[in-house]
Amino acid sequence: MGKAIKLFSILLLLCAAGTAQAAGQQELTGAGATFPYPLYSKMFDVYSKEYGVAVNYQAIGSGGGIRQLINKTVDFGGSDAVMGEEEVKAAGAPVLHIPTCAGSVVITYNLPGNPEIRLTPDLVADIFLGKITKWSDPRILASNAGMRLPDMAITVVHRSDGSGTTNIFSDYLSKVSKEWKEKVGMGTSLNWPCGLGAKGNPGVAGLVRQTPGSAGYVELIYALQNKMAYAAMRNRKGAFVRPTLASTSSAMNVTLPSDMRVSLTDTEAPDGYPLAGLTWILVYKEQGRQGETEAKARELVRLLWWMTHEGQKYAEPIQYAPLSKKAAEKAEVQIKSITYNGRYVMK
Amino acid sequence: MHVDAGKITVLSAKGAAGGYAKHIYQSRSFLTESAFRRILYLSGISVLLLLSAIFLSLFIASGPAIKQQGLAFLIGRVWDPVAGRFGALPFLVGTLLTSFLALAIAIIFSLAISIFLGEYFRSGIASSFVKSVVELLAGVPSVIYGFWGLFLLVPGVRFVEQQFGVLPYGVGILSAALILSVMIIPYAASLGREVIGLVPSDLKEAAYSLGATRFEVVRKVVLPYARSGILAGVLLSLGRALGETMAVTMVIGNSNALPRSIFAPANTMASIIANEFTEATGKVYLASLVEIALVLFVVTAIINIAGKIIIIRMSVER
Repeated sequence: MGKAIKLFSILLLLCAAGTAQAAGQQELTGAGATFPYPLYSKMFDVYSKEYGVAVNYQAIGSGGGIRQLINKTVDFGGSDAVMGEEEVKAAGAPVLHIPTCAGSVVITYNLPGNPEIRLTPDLVADIFLGKITKWSDPRILASNAGMRLPDMAITVVHRSDGSGTTNIFSDYLSKVSKEWKEKVGMGTSLNWPCGLGAKGNPGVAGLVRQTPGSAGYVELIYALQNKMAYAAMRNRKGAFVRPTLASTSSAMNVTLPSDMRVSLTDTEAPDGYPLAGLTWILVYKEQGRQGETEAKARELVRLLWWMTHEGQKYAEPIQYAPLSKKAAEKAEVQIKSITYNGRYVMK
Repeated sequence: MHVDAGKITVLSAKGAAGGYAKHIYQSRSFLTESAFRRILYLSGISVLLLLSAIFLSLFIASGPAIKQQGLAFLIGRVWDPVAGRFGALPFLVGTLLTSFLALAIAIIFSLAISIFLGEYFRSGIASSFVKSVVELLAGVPSVIYGFWGLFLLVPGVRFVEQQFGVLPYGVGILSAALILSVMIIPYAASLGREVIGLVPSDLKEAAYSLGATRFEVVRKVVLPYARSGILAGVLLSLGRALGETMAVTMVIGNSNALPRSIFAPANTMASIIANEFTEATGKVYLASLVEIALVLFVVTAIINIAGKIIIIRMSVER
């Protein structure tokens, strides 16, 4: 009996200590894009150890992240796409797009021996429009001089779920192909003119792997981790560029707008890979909302600053392209512009 | 106090069950009796309420899409989130085609299994082994069926397609129907076995005494007797096929165009919702996805009601 009471009181004490600690610790919540999730969880893990601030990020998809931010259920949203007009209107107040890292989309395929092929923008557009149907098409051979490509039908594989990867891919094709822009357009889900849909990067990769002659698109990280074959793409300046972390970061070497709501696809940078895109953290510029303290706004600003500075070193080891110097500077200006009841949070 | 309690009991007895309760009203057992009855009523009503609440919330949430497109939604062939055109016909066709094809395949096998377990091998180690394997099949998570389908079934179907000379995608309606049929066989088979086991032995013995062979007994006595129960099992499994999402989406090819053959890739209602809901932005887009859920709800209800009518007719005939 006495033992039980002792045990119970110890438990009670532990519980009390636990809640006391939780009360003393600030917590930030965010939700959104799945693409940067591995990087964010690494960053937030390190951050909570260094600064004692727990950050809870739910990878529910970019669309969901924007919805949660607008509903004000999270402190920040994550998105691979800039907010559309309808969403900006629904947000009601200015929302900042703070870039955190970049990623690329690669064209992957299943050919005998998996040679590294070279593709031009119009080739990619016509393959995914269903106009080029054979690997031995003279136009493909023309950009791959000296390579022997088999007389195989091309099976197009695309994402079936709504995804930021599809958004970057279709954004690029809308820029380089007028026909694509008119017939298909850009978005997270499309009305595909041909091909098979598969769920997620693993689904596309799986289907490409087992379908001879197929072509699909996946995130660069996924292709690197799974050692898949991917094509070098001709960029705007006429150079064939292999998708790498360096060429993805290089895509940022263009004139960047101060609000950073910019698409990196079809970049003008001479060594930039043309199918690159940023991922953003979305926050309200004015943090003084009902029930929000200034201390919390300060924590959020400190977190964003850390993510775009010290935190960047965690990107490359897990195959995310870090921000270029210029992009980080633009992010700084934006973070400094965050206010709480009209006063700047950062001094 | 005591008198009061007694009064209340009398009143509630009259209210709830009328006259016959009079001779038990004093006992506490009546109180439990009536409380139990109330709990039963309550759970019955809450199921009804829940169902209508689901229907209503789907209806309200799909309002913007219904307002914009009306009935054209059901016959529209184009699903284009970029241009904001939403037609559900390809998904409606995909769902019905895969489900009924799966049903056709599943009926043959489940009938054989239920006759085997219900008539030929009713007990013994072999029988209970087969029985538990069939039940185990029902418990396998659908994502596992999906992966199995993608890595084993799809290459097989692709090989068959190569022999037929059609485009060898591998994924498509046929693969989805095959996966679905494997998934629904245990439901139909378990119920079929139960019903076949219930066929009175005097009926069977009578047939044997007239010189019928075992096959004739199964065909002329057991199956006609158990017909409506077997159909009920089939109906239950059809419900599962209509709503199955994960396994189907992995092997159907997710093409939002109207399928031209059973080898063609297609998409189902459950699959398009699961695929596009997380990233859907825009009011009409979201509402259209909810409207698909509403259509799926209604289709499932219609098929269930039609099935019930068929079952009743068949039992009356007997």
